[in-house]
Amino acid sequence: MKLIYKHHLFWPAAILIALLLFNFIYSPDFFSIVVRNGKLYGSLIDILNFGAPLMLVSIGMTLVIATKGIDLSVGSVVAISGALSCLIVSQAENQNSISVVLTAMGAALLLSIGLGLWNGLLVAKAGIQPIIATLILMVAGRGIAQLITSGQIITVNSDAYAFIGTKALLSLPVSIFVVALVLIIALIFTRKSAMGLFIESVGSNPEASRLAGIRSTIVILLVYICCGLCAGIAGLLVSSNVSSADGNNAGLWYELDAILAVVIGGTSLNGGRFYLMGTILGALIIQTLTTTIYMIGIPPEITLVVKACVVLIVCLIQSESFRRVLIQRWRTRHYPAEREVPKHVN
Amino acid sequence: MLINRKYIPIVVTVTLFLLMFIMGSIRYTGFFSLQVIYNLLIDNAFLLIVAVGMSFVIISGGIDLSVGAVIALTTMISASLVEEAGWPPYIVIPLVLLIGATLGTGMGAIIHYFKVQPFIVTLAGMFLARGLCYVISIQTITITNPFYTTMAQFKVKLFGTGFVSISVLIALVVVAIAIYLAHYTSFGRNVYAIGGSEQSSLLMGLPVAKTKILVYTLSGFCSALAGVVFTFYMLSGYGLHAVGLELDTIAAVVIGGTLLSGGVGYIFGTFFGVMIQGIIQTIISFEGTLSSWWTKIVIGLLLCMFILLQKFLSAKQAIFKT
Repeated sequence: MKLIYKHHLFWPAAILIALLLFNFIYSPDFFSIVVRNGKLYGSLIDILNFGAPLMLVSIGMTLVIATKGIDLSVGSVVAISGALSCLIVSQAENQNSISVVLTAMGAALLLSIGLGLWNGLLVAKAGIQPIIATLILMVAGRGIAQLITSGQIITVNSDAYAFIGTKALLSLPVSIFVVALVLIIALIFTRKSAMGLFIESVGSNPEASRLAGIRSTIVILLVYICCGLCAGIAGLLVSSNVSSADGNNAGLWYELDAILAVVIGGTSLNGGRFYLMGTILGALIIQTLTTTIYMIGIPPEITLVVKACVVLIVCLIQSESFRRVLIQRWRTRHYPAEREVPKHVN
Repeated sequence: MLINRKYIPIVVTVTLFLLMFIMGSIRYTGFFSLQVIYNLLIDNAFLLIVAVGMSFVIISGGIDLSVGAVIALTTMISASLVEEAGWPPYIVIPLVLLIGATLGTGMGAIIHYFKVQPFIVTLAGMFLARGLCYVISIQTITITNPFYTTMAQFKVKLFGTGFVSISVLIALVVVAIAIYLAHYTSFGRNVYAIGGSEQSSLLMGLPVAKTKILVYTLSGFCSALAGVVFTFYMLSGYGLHAVGLELDTIAAVVIGGTLLSGGVGYIFGTFFGVMIQGIIQTIISFEGTLSSWWTKIVIGLLLCMFILLQKFLSAKQAIFKT
């Protein structure tokens, strides 16, 4: 029992189950899944499908946060990647041709890798604080996305392009398979190779890791590239889902949602430890919360207030001084000597 | 050395501003006039006020992401109280200023006492403030109150034919007070000291807790004041007002030569940081063929340049020290 309780996935999973249970009690057909035209429909499938881009971005973000970094530019990268691939598809003569779509996606992913590399170089080589280094691309990135789309919303009319965002495979949305693939690669990469250990050690102490023979620079470069790539794939999913690219609004607030998902998943913002599965649960919690709020008829605008409270509570629980204050409250009766003498004000 | 190294970023900023202004004047007819500068101030008065608050936060080594949301919340509360509840402006304005300051105090207290990163706390503050806007209304509330419309249209005549709005005067007063606060009061000195090293300030017996919380209170207050000015400017309350303003503000402060690691910076530089952002927009609108998204790209590039410059300067300093 204690093993389950102490497991790092316990709290995120408990919150998710509680949310789902609440939904089930509120509307008993929440769990019902219907098959229509060989495709599954239902709230659970929707949560997975709409949560897919967030899960992808959060996977990348987890790796970055594990190295004590942060990537604010993911939202912009989502917009840029969607914009570029839609632009290439929309300018092709035959929009349905598979080779055109593959070229477009390839180009978008290459660009995302490039953007990730840029962030990585600023952090690892120039030694700029991650928040600031990625802020540059966050500000400029929106501009770049609008430059690509010329400030318009580019729409594409291509079944092949819509495949990953809207079509079904084995009666499940394709986006779920994309997430699963990326997650499995990330898990193998970090848990079955030494890379995961390198990331954690660079996160706890970059200088000591360097002295221990780990190439910190390469590790940091790599995590930012991964994060860029994940955001790029998410951008493809988002734009494919609606068959259009909007440089202004695509991926707006993704950076914040992703950071929230990572934090809920139990990864500390201080680096050195990360839980990919926790992050996935965190992203699912956020998506379920949004769905719940829509379902029970609270105006969706309040989502932001709820999110604010969730962020605060999670961060306070992670904060050591907050826990100490709580514990002190409990202990004061037994150990009065431990109380601090109140400071004299002037 | 001719100029003290700590003044280099600020000198670069002012030179850049002058260069841009001269370039604009040569390239476009009608650019070289006092009114263009006055317009810069009119259009960026609210940004200037927010940036002043943000400068204090960044100098103290923190960051405040909630400023844009607090502006939106201020416009929303003012609009709904004045238009829908019919409250008089002379009660509403102090009230919104108080709300802004209280939000800031709350965030400052959490940051200091629970040692949560400022980035996260103010992010939560941003969610909260934006969310509260939508709780009030998801529609735009237009303001028709005579006091607000008079404030919006009132023109203060200056030299020659030029004029500025009341907001500009408020912003300039804020800048003047901020310069006094930063350089001539113990509060200002404490802010610089904490930004330099919080540990040392604590050991020196400076009131770290009080100063840190006050800094965020000040930033909250400035955001609310900017919100009031923004209400004069837009004459409406809307939950999507000033989206992304926090980034513009941080960019302005950094371009103004404030070090993001804290401890170094000038309100005077922030003033020019804001003016540079304004002049980029003006040049782009004078050019006519360039679209507004170039503003973001140019600001991003400038931000990058200044951060690298800071890095270069502080790296040099480190070598000198050892």
